[in-house]
Amino acid sequence: MFFHIGRYFELIWRSFSRPEKLSIYRTQFVKEIDSIGLSSIGIVALMSVFMGAVIALQTASNMDSPLLPAYTVGFTARQSILLEFSPTIIALILSGKVGSNIASEIGTMRVTEQIDALDIMGVNSAAYLILPKVLAGLFIFPFLIIISMFLGIFGGWFICISTGIVSSNDYIYGIQYDFRPFHVFYALIKTVIFAFIITTVASYHGYFAKGSALEVGRSSTKAVVYSSILILIFNYIVTQLLLI
Amino acid sequence: MIEVKNLYKSFGETEVLTDISFSFLKGKVNMIIGQSGSGKSVLSKCIVGLHQPDKGEVLYDGQDFLKLDLVDKKEIRKNIGMLFQASALFDSMTVEENVGFPLKMFTNKTAKEIKKRVDECLDRVNLEDKNHLYPAETSGGMQKRIAIARAIAMKPAYLFCDEPNSGLDPKTSIVIDNLIREITYEMDITTIVITHDMNSVIEIGDHIMFLYEGKKWWSGDKQDILRSKNNELNDFVYASKFMKTLKEKLTT
Repeated sequence: MFFHIGRYFELIWRSFSRPEKLSIYRTQFVKEIDSIGLSSIGIVALMSVFMGAVIALQTASNMDSPLLPAYTVGFTARQSILLEFSPTIIALILSGKVGSNIASEIGTMRVTEQIDALDIMGVNSAAYLILPKVLAGLFIFPFLIIISMFLGIFGGWFICISTGIVSSNDYIYGIQYDFRPFHVFYALIKTVIFAFIITTVASYHGYFAKGSALEVGRSSTKAVVYSSILILIFNYIVTQLLLI
Repeated sequence: MIEVKNLYKSFGETEVLTDISFSFLKGKVNMIIGQSGSGKSVLSKCIVGLHQPDKGEVLYDGQDFLKLDLVDKKEIRKNIGMLFQASALFDSMTVEENVGFPLKMFTNKTAKEIKKRVDECLDRVNLEDKNHLYPAETSGGMQKRIAIARAIAMKPAYLFCDEPNSGLDPKTSIVIDNLIREITYEMDITTIVITHDMNSVIEIGDHIMFLYEGKKWWSGDKQDILRSKNNELNDFVYASKFMKTLKEKLTT
């Protein structure tokens, strides 16, 4: 395990070294924003709307006491979506989609000697392949999570008015009730950390893939498993540090 | 010229290269031949710096590559062109982008100048009008030629070819062999070809080293190789029926 941790940090160090030519890295960065971020909007939107709808339904169905005000549904939906569902669950989904994509892309380049070709040309292959992905992830993930928050809250509202379990006014009052902007900040801090974990862990597993196509598949699986575990661990650590 | 002196390389307990010393001559097609597992690819990877040897020296025109810092190593690498066994073209780039990549990365040429040089290189390997294809849309032989074009784009001083004919039909193999030889002579570069294809050796080999179980077992030119009395070399050279027949004709 210590071998992997050491090698991971050594790779990250190499990735963050000075680029050979800034203009090429800038182009790569824009490409990665498209491949990592924009192509994930669909799945993020779909997941968020249904997630918000289910949270609203479950909260409403578990409110047996008449003492609980109706706006509790909106309040609970907002808190759950802002604090946990959007940053953490969407990050776990993205670790599957983006993480496996990065690991298999870099892994394929490794087993087909494309990374060796870069090294022999004198290109810092770690920086060229990994740095734009990490920066693109750090840049675009917060936008995805903000979109997810809005759509999650919208999904809750939509299900409330379409099923009539809570009125629109109550729901909207609930999502505004006791709102603390720090919670959005906390969610975005988590998002940035998760973005770093997803892109670097996936890059690590791809970069050190060995052998055949089978090994690329294994690297991709490992990338998803390890980044998911790290997301859960860091979710706990950041929550402990920022909220308690 | 590239010189290798007393090179050793092990992986764990297994010693893959033992005390290899050899000079790869400028303006010649130098060949490293040997059976699969004899250490040819490991030797070439040690020379280009993809593997770190345990002991020994790798001299590029007198400069010990292993003792250089990263910046100087990078400078030498800019002078190395490499043709990989599986071509190693970048899948996500077109033919033009592949060939132009090192120029874009390491020179301050304008887009127009890069395009001009890319066209020159592609013309040299007889691949005009293929600029906008992706590697997956080309044949194995074309991929090798694109890889050669990419390798020569920066006008390198050293060219490495790792099994350039693997997976190619005999006719295309000859085309690739001739291309390697012509480029070597035209550009007066140090070319190192790793192969176990005896046709290639006879076609283009100027200066040959035979590796056997990780040791330099024999060296000489292509005339010597057919007359050698070295048993291990003869087992390798005359393994095929065709070569055995050739040997019989030579001896009678």
